[in-house]
Amino acid sequence: MSHVPHPRPCGDFRTSYSADTSLFRTKVEGWTVYLGIFALLFTPLFFNDFYISQMILIGIYAIAALGLNVLVGFTGQISLGHSAFFGFGAFASAWLNNTTGIPVFICIPLAGLMTTAIGMIFGIPAARLKGLYLAIATLASQFILQDFFSRADWFSGGAYGSAAEVVNFLGIDLDTDTKYFYLVLFWVVVSFLAVSNLRRSRDGRALVAVRDHYLSAEIMGINLTRYRIMSFGVSSFFAGLGGALYAHYLQYVSVEGFTILLSIQFLAMIIIGGLGSVSGSLLGAIFILLLPQFMEEVASSAAMVFEGIEQSKAYIKEMSVGAVIILFLIFEPEGLIHRWRLIRASWKLYPFSH
Amino acid sequence: MVQAHARKNSWLGGVKMNWDLLFQLMINGIIVGLLYGVVAMCFVLIYKSTQVVNFAQGEFLVLGAWVCWFFVMKWQLPFVLAFIFAMGFMTIFGILVQMVILRPLIGEPIISVIMVTIGLSIFMQALMNWVFGNSAERFPSVFGDETVSIGGLQVETAYLMSLVLSLFVMGLFYYFFKFSRYGLAMRATAFNQQVAQSLGISVKQVFAMAWAISALVSCIAGVVLGLVNAVSNSLAIIGIKVFPAVIVGGLDSIVGAVIGGVIIGLLENLAEFFDGQFFHIGNMYTVAPFYVLIIILMIRPYGLFGTKDIERI
Repeated sequence: MSHVPHPRPCGDFRTSYSADTSLFRTKVEGWTVYLGIFALLFTPLFFNDFYISQMILIGIYAIAALGLNVLVGFTGQISLGHSAFFGFGAFASAWLNNTTGIPVFICIPLAGLMTTAIGMIFGIPAARLKGLYLAIATLASQFILQDFFSRADWFSGGAYGSAAEVVNFLGIDLDTDTKYFYLVLFWVVVSFLAVSNLRRSRDGRALVAVRDHYLSAEIMGINLTRYRIMSFGVSSFFAGLGGALYAHYLQYVSVEGFTILLSIQFLAMIIIGGLGSVSGSLLGAIFILLLPQFMEEVASSAAMVFEGIEQSKAYIKEMSVGAVIILFLIFEPEGLIHRWRLIRASWKLYPFSH
Repeated sequence: MVQAHARKNSWLGGVKMNWDLLFQLMINGIIVGLLYGVVAMCFVLIYKSTQVVNFAQGEFLVLGAWVCWFFVMKWQLPFVLAFIFAMGFMTIFGILVQMVILRPLIGEPIISVIMVTIGLSIFMQALMNWVFGNSAERFPSVFGDETVSIGGLQVETAYLMSLVLSLFVMGLFYYFFKFSRYGLAMRATAFNQQVAQSLGISVKQVFAMAWAISALVSCIAGVVLGLVNAVSNSLAIIGIKVFPAVIVGGLDSIVGAVIGGVIIGLLENLAEFFDGQFFHIGNMYTVAPFYVLIIILMIRPYGLFGTKDIERI
């Protein structure tokens, strides 16, 4: 990654190691995040259900994208099967709740743990493979899991899909978008906090070392197999968590939703947001979810000039996803977060930014 | 694919081995497998000479078939002329893709290169859905509908023609790489880019040529498939089927790609046969190759004919 200057305020010398690895680089950054979360608590008061539902989806996808970012961005592994794990979490949560009667609120993290186990099994090839071979192996796991969903009637309801109960928290049914919003917000905050902390822990540094130079990492005593499989586990946990939240939001899970296209969208999120960046995952999720809305607007306004473009909206939306991936990789391979850092640096260093 | 209705009836036959059906499915497997082999060759060609994994190979194939169909049906050109035009179109298309999309990414990490071809595949799929519609369209009959009897089995002429064409393309590949000047340049570049460049080979040209040849041959495979079945966007699934084939054969071996293709073609049909006769699990036709893929990756990731990658510090 190319170097972007990160100027610190005067007097911030970071004299201790712990000061250098603090959660937020500056106090302003910390307060911005706290205030942002505080402001989000009140958003349902000001926005209608459409915006709230978009925000819920952004939150859910951001959790899953965050998991993928641990795998791809931190550890440097490639996974083309993330949506299968997302789907597994969705089915697992519905299945746990339907068969054992454990409250949904608890089923959601439990589904995450079940997905972790599955992710670690499918991560075993990662112990030996890397790069392209791993991409193909995870592609295979996507198809195998998808086949499993459509076949295992006891688990997923087969072709009919399965119903997922409404989340009940302390006697309150979270059956409206507004109520569900708080549940998703809670898990988004927990996940992002967890991954930010993972990044500055011993294990997180080990993952990054594996990415940067796996041979050197091994020479320094990092157990490659363990950390590669672990990163698959962590990544699947968040995928499963996101999937479970998705299932109970829609209250219905079916096989069709978890195709390779969704896996590609998750990859697009982290590439557009910024590989290896925690906040980049959120930015990417926002970008990919708002892109179809934006293209819808564009198509509607283009319809005034070109007749009949209205009917092709669906295709234009799909094409825009592919085009955005290509354009970002060619022109901004380090993602939106890199662009933001450049803007911030040039603002802080204003008269002498070069 | 041959006489699918006959196959369905014989599923009722119970546990007894159905040798006729087995034989029929194996012939199917070889014919389809050779087509997989042709597509896998295109894939390996690009990987070997430019170190790019082309996830859009299936879309290349479908685009070639659609363009040929367009010339035949809309412009009313004779089939041969349309075929030649389509091949020309795809050659230029391949060069353009390489120059505009892949060239800026030289030297980027492998995930960027993989993602850019995935992006291309999504883009092309949506574009083709838009332009050509998402229904299957038939070519006017070119080979005729007659069937030929081989060893007591009825095989449609179209299948035989596709078999001949696959073998012809493979022969052409062999000649090109073994005896032509450009083939030699491509082999040299695949072996070592720096050395090739210092010997006066234009690596840029070689890269463009690899994409051009790959797109052209994909177009041939696409048109053949379009003649045999019908042209539709779902043919792009072959671009995914290619992965098991190339992994079994070895990612950087062209011979391996052909053999891998035939193995996967046979395997699909055999999996279907044994599943239909004995196990009744269902859907083995699509999933069995991926189980094999994982197993091969675990025990022999460089495949049957690929070069074993040895890393030194």
